[in-house]
Amino acid sequence: MMALLEIVDLHANAGDAEILRGVSLTVDAGEVHAIMGPNGSGKSTLAQVLAGHPAYRVTRGTVTFAGHDLLDMEPEERAHAGLFLAFQYPVEIPGVTNAYFLRTAYNAIRKARGLDELDPMDFLDLLEDRLRVVEWGPEIMERAVNAGFSGGEKKRNEILQMAVLEPTLAVLDETDSGLDIDALRIVAKGVNALRRPDRATVLVTHYQRLLNYIVPDRVHVLSGGRIVKSGGKELAHELEERGYEWLTGTGDAESVTAPAASYAATASPVPAAP
Amino acid sequence: MSSPVEALVNREYKYGFVTDIEQETAPIGLSEETVRFISARKREPEWLLEWRLKAYRRWLEMTHEPHWANIHHEPIDYQAISYFAAPRTQKPLGSLDDVDPKLLETYAKLGIPLSEQKLLAGVAVDAIFDSVSVGTTFKATLAKSGVFFCSFGEAVQEHPDLVQRYLGSVVPASDNYFAALNAAVFSDGSFVYIPKGVRCPMELSTYFRINAANTGQFERTLIIADEGSYVSYLEGCTAPKRDENQLHAAVVELVALDNATIKYSTVQNWYAGDENGVGGIYNFVTKRGKAMRGAKISWTQVETGSAITWKYPSVILQGDDSVGEFYSVAVVNGWQQADTGTKMIHLGRNTKSTVVSKGISAGRGQNSYRGQVKILPKASGARNYTQCDSMLIGNRCGAHTFPYIDVQNSSSKVEHEASTSKIGEDQIFFCKQRGMNTENAISVIVNGFCKEVFRELPMEFAVEAQKLLGVSLEGSVG
Repeated sequence: MMALLEIVDLHANAGDAEILRGVSLTVDAGEVHAIMGPNGSGKSTLAQVLAGHPAYRVTRGTVTFAGHDLLDMEPEERAHAGLFLAFQYPVEIPGVTNAYFLRTAYNAIRKARGLDELDPMDFLDLLEDRLRVVEWGPEIMERAVNAGFSGGEKKRNEILQMAVLEPTLAVLDETDSGLDIDALRIVAKGVNALRRPDRATVLVTHYQRLLNYIVPDRVHVLSGGRIVKSGGKELAHELEERGYEWLTGTGDAESVTAPAASYAATASPVPAAP
Repeated sequence: MSSPVEALVNREYKYGFVTDIEQETAPIGLSEETVRFISARKREPEWLLEWRLKAYRRWLEMTHEPHWANIHHEPIDYQAISYFAAPRTQKPLGSLDDVDPKLLETYAKLGIPLSEQKLLAGVAVDAIFDSVSVGTTFKATLAKSGVFFCSFGEAVQEHPDLVQRYLGSVVPASDNYFAALNAAVFSDGSFVYIPKGVRCPMELSTYFRINAANTGQFERTLIIADEGSYVSYLEGCTAPKRDENQLHAAVVELVALDNATIKYSTVQNWYAGDENGVGGIYNFVTKRGKAMRGAKISWTQVETGSAITWKYPSVILQGDDSVGEFYSVAVVNGWQQADTGTKMIHLGRNTKSTVVSKGISAGRGQNSYRGQVKILPKASGARNYTQCDSMLIGNRCGAHTFPYIDVQNSSSKVEHEASTSKIGEDQIFFCKQRGMNTENAISVIVNGFCKEVFRELPMEFAVEAQKLLGVSLEGSVG
């Protein structure tokens, strides 16, 4: 069977700087992959390149997604094909309600797939259902997209968008960073609720913490723009014990467990992995 | 992949056609003779001719245009334009059945069918073609409620007392250079009178069309809302594509007597010039309303056209408890320049004004907000709230803000908020990642930005305005 996502020898630049230096990765339908790595290893760049961010230039390599040459597609075409990126820093769109934004996005994708657009009433029913995934009431839909949202609310909103758009491949770029334990639980619940045999998820994360809630099938460590080690879920625990220094050999004893100070108080105790 | 924010202006202006119709035009140039010609052509009474001549002499003394606006253009040769143009076949003003079919066709093409059956239900239209009104719909229906809605020329003949009483009462002939010019040579425009206590049963609207070459359009609109009455009025404007700049210098006067409400909406889409900045309308307009005790005047404008826009719809809050509002969306793209805003002059006690201005700049456009809030010594308890937001698309355009605040009463309260944002590649990328194409993404972002203004427009026109905005910004992002 053909892999859902196949990345081969991917190289990408931001300006003149080469960030990705030969990433290869295969993700099959039904799987959850975690991509871990220290700051500056290229994790977020990989997520942005997959989504087609114009700030990055691919210099070598191929990416095949559900049989398409992904690198040849516009960002919106990638979305139409079923790729979703949960942004590390979701943008604000003042004056545009969440409901309107989501309906526009949902219908743009349906239209691209040759389906009829959903009318506002039917869409409202769909929304109501998906709001449960993120434990939100309907009032959130009348607020402008991310405007005045807390960091946690923004991340939750990304998960809501994912729940509505039902992507075949969801790439979550540090969705766990800056979340308190309740928000983390909700985000994890959202991701787990969307697990299906025909879909896959790529979690980009710095910390092992999220993986206590979303158990990955595969874990990859990215360092210096390359995947330096891959393994099963136990690799995350090994990293937790030994730090990134174990694999990067840079001498930066960057912790895999210690969360940022801003949420240290709410982040512990971290429950044990199941 | 090329940057999505790359201004290459390549817009379609679908109103740029010319109607081939025989015209009667005044000889080129401006003199006392021109003023007399126009007045005679319109069979005006002696007092009005005198009023025009006085304005003309005042204009001669003024010698130059206002120079304080943030706009740049070649000197306008006032002797090179014709000040009057009318379709020759025009019959004495009467039934719409008498209107030249070519004109009806023109308006149908503009999306303004003048046949009453085809019109939007509940909207009456006065159609101004160059210097004259070619027809007003629903006049009979309106007359049943005592509402007068007709061309200015007709009003002079049929309601001379009202015209004489209120003409120039809000914008005096000597007000400014362009107002003086207008007072001397104004041709047609719309006239509205709403009697005491009457709520006008339908939206009134005037559609301005410039057609003839080498002419200017100098219309004058006068709206009088008598005590306790209500009217909602909308104007739209388009012009053919031409290589030379054409002058449009209009005056609008609103009189809201005690407890009356006037809601005045504009969707301005004059030809803006081509991608090299050649041609387009010079839009120099003076709009002002006077609100008496408990009255309310609300201006809403969506300005997307014209090579140059110079206009400041204002409210004189003369009566106690009167209310003034100004909601504006101004878009510049290509080489357009806009210097627009408002004046809120608080004279009465407990007067209230609200200003919401949204400026969008794309291409090489320059957009300036210029607003004055003046609270006079007797205006105790006066309040103003101003919000002024600018959005930039691309990196060759400009946004400028010139607020003037003059407070002479210590019990008043004035607030001013301003913001400038650049439509981010990140915002566009975010929308694209969610499945929208670039145009769709910009339209979503810009309409969100303008929402507070659009919701002030009558429903039918809000939809039109949103579409117009889409067209105006088409191609602003490559």
